[in-house]
Amino acid sequence: MSPKTKNPLPPGNYFFEGNQACAEAAIAAGCRFFAGYPISPSSEIMERLSWRLPEVGGVFIQMEDEIASISAVIGAVWAGARAMTATSGPGLSLMLENIGYAIITETPCVIVDVQRAGPSTGQATRPYDGDIMQVKWGSSGDYQIIALAPWSVQEVYDLTIRAFNLAELYRVPVFVMSDAALAHLREDCRIPEGVDIVGRKKAIGAPHFGTEGPAGVPPMASFGEGEGLILTGSTHDKFGYRKTQDPNIQKCLVDRLNEKVLSNAKEIIQTEEHFLKGAETVVVAYGLVARAALAAVKEARSVGINVGLLRLKTLWPFPKEEIRALRARRIIVPELNRGQLVREVERVTKVEVIYVNRVDGEVMGPGEILEAIKRQ
Amino acid sequence: MEATWKKYLRRETLPLPFCPGCGHGILLGAILRAIDASGIDIKDMLFVSGIGCAGWIPSPHIKADTMHVTHGRPIAFATGAKLFNPRLKVMVVSGDGDLASIGGNHLIHAARRDVDMVVICANNEIYGMTGGQVSPTTGLGAKTTTTLAGNVEPPLDLCRLVEAAGASYVARSTVFHLEHLIGILKKALSHKGFSFIDALSPCPVQYGRRNLYASASEQLKDLEKRCISLEKARDMTQEALKGKIIIGEFVCRGD
Repeated sequence: MSPKTKNPLPPGNYFFEGNQACAEAAIAAGCRFFAGYPISPSSEIMERLSWRLPEVGGVFIQMEDEIASISAVIGAVWAGARAMTATSGPGLSLMLENIGYAIITETPCVIVDVQRAGPSTGQATRPYDGDIMQVKWGSSGDYQIIALAPWSVQEVYDLTIRAFNLAELYRVPVFVMSDAALAHLREDCRIPEGVDIVGRKKAIGAPHFGTEGPAGVPPMASFGEGEGLILTGSTHDKFGYRKTQDPNIQKCLVDRLNEKVLSNAKEIIQTEEHFLKGAETVVVAYGLVARAALAAVKEARSVGINVGLLRLKTLWPFPKEEIRALRARRIIVPELNRGQLVREVERVTKVEVIYVNRVDGEVMGPGEILEAIKRQ
Repeated sequence: MEATWKKYLRRETLPLPFCPGCGHGILLGAILRAIDASGIDIKDMLFVSGIGCAGWIPSPHIKADTMHVTHGRPIAFATGAKLFNPRLKVMVVSGDGDLASIGGNHLIHAARRDVDMVVICANNEIYGMTGGQVSPTTGLGAKTTTTLAGNVEPPLDLCRLVEAAGASYVARSTVFHLEHLIGILKKALSHKGFSFIDALSPCPVQYGRRNLYASASEQLKDLEKRCISLEKARDMTQEALKGKIIIGEFVCRGD
């Protein structure tokens, strides 16, 4: 970490909606390029950055579609930018092609996914945890990405900044998983005076697409620095040369793209514990649903039920060790979908796992979670 | 003495991967000659290319920053790089399938924005790498692996398309007309704004042998026969221009 970088926004308390906080966090984190395409419920991020980025010497462009948006972001990152785009489920589907390109070329970038109800156009303005699996598995092949799940406007701000730093540390696309409700929820957001920014690791003449170790993160040059960068979406050696017939190079690349994230899972994963000590029932929740879950847990405890909450701030890499460490008799996983992350929970635990789901495009209240807690 | 433009090649990547008789090697030579003659420092250049044979013209052969991207997207990647670092001299080299079919939308909008970059369409009128399927620039009646009875779809005139979209430099040439092609490339390199060059480059393996060309050289000679300069074409009737390819500068605005 470099010394704290001065925040371009005067510090203080702001009454922001999630999308505004996200845009301001990007600027504070050093983002100086944004390319996007209008889509509800994410558009306010783009609208704000369209005038905020020029104010801080950055570049904004509204592209012709989402495919072009993520492409322009990747192009700008290799030209030296910290860059971001924002979208929602259907736009994310279009971006997946070049999210794959960002993964194989190890391009640090941030993608804000303001989720809405699907499938397809679905309900453009209603909240849903619809893309939990799309961000993890949507592009082809085997890979790891990082996905963070804020539960408040403040955390949209904090985790967007963290997303930029994680992207640089591991040279990987990082997703901020917001949703239609959090995007437009207005709350207090504390803007700090300085922000910790992780810079890009540089090494002149070093290979930019490989490391000695099997899980390393190579340094990264920019276009125009005289390094003669060779980028390709094909399987390549550590210098970037296409090597599409060599089984060993394919294996080393795929293994490293995965292991550089998985072997650092401890540093990446953040969870928050509430009343876990001795809890017989544990609710595992993320995003806005976790707020309802905390209210339900508190209410249940007030009538003597021994229940706790494990809140996941990181969804990918999946916090499997944190789930395995739970000493609960049963785990309840509430989600705004028919059960996506719950399947990961089931994969890593032997105890009973209970689904609580809502798919009608409404936010989840504490009531339905409390009901599940009380059902013995 | 060796030609000065050869210093721009990464020796370890030679020989080029193109089939015997392919025009893409000639096009690469023309691009490097034009850069050499223009006095541009190749270290300031970024070459972006997509998928297909033409995507391999710059990548990894040119000793500069090269970005070989996904199918149809090079112009969108190039737009991001150019906007963030305007000092980069950006050149996109890709094929007709890449730029005109799957990437058509990006071509239109980059021309509309008049983004300062050179886009070269290595136009062989076919999907070469995937085995010779019909492309948006394949001529009517041409036989391809997906039009065994002859192509029934009219081809797209890319120069007219990007002109209508707003490109400020638009030209066409061929790898047969090498000096003409190099001259146009030099103009495009010095032009500020969106420069588009439709560079016809024959594919003897996937196109020529299915369309009754006796050899690669016959296909090149046919290109000579069919091409007519814009100046001559101006005085010709529509009837007389049937089957002809007009080469020259269609738009040159603002220089």
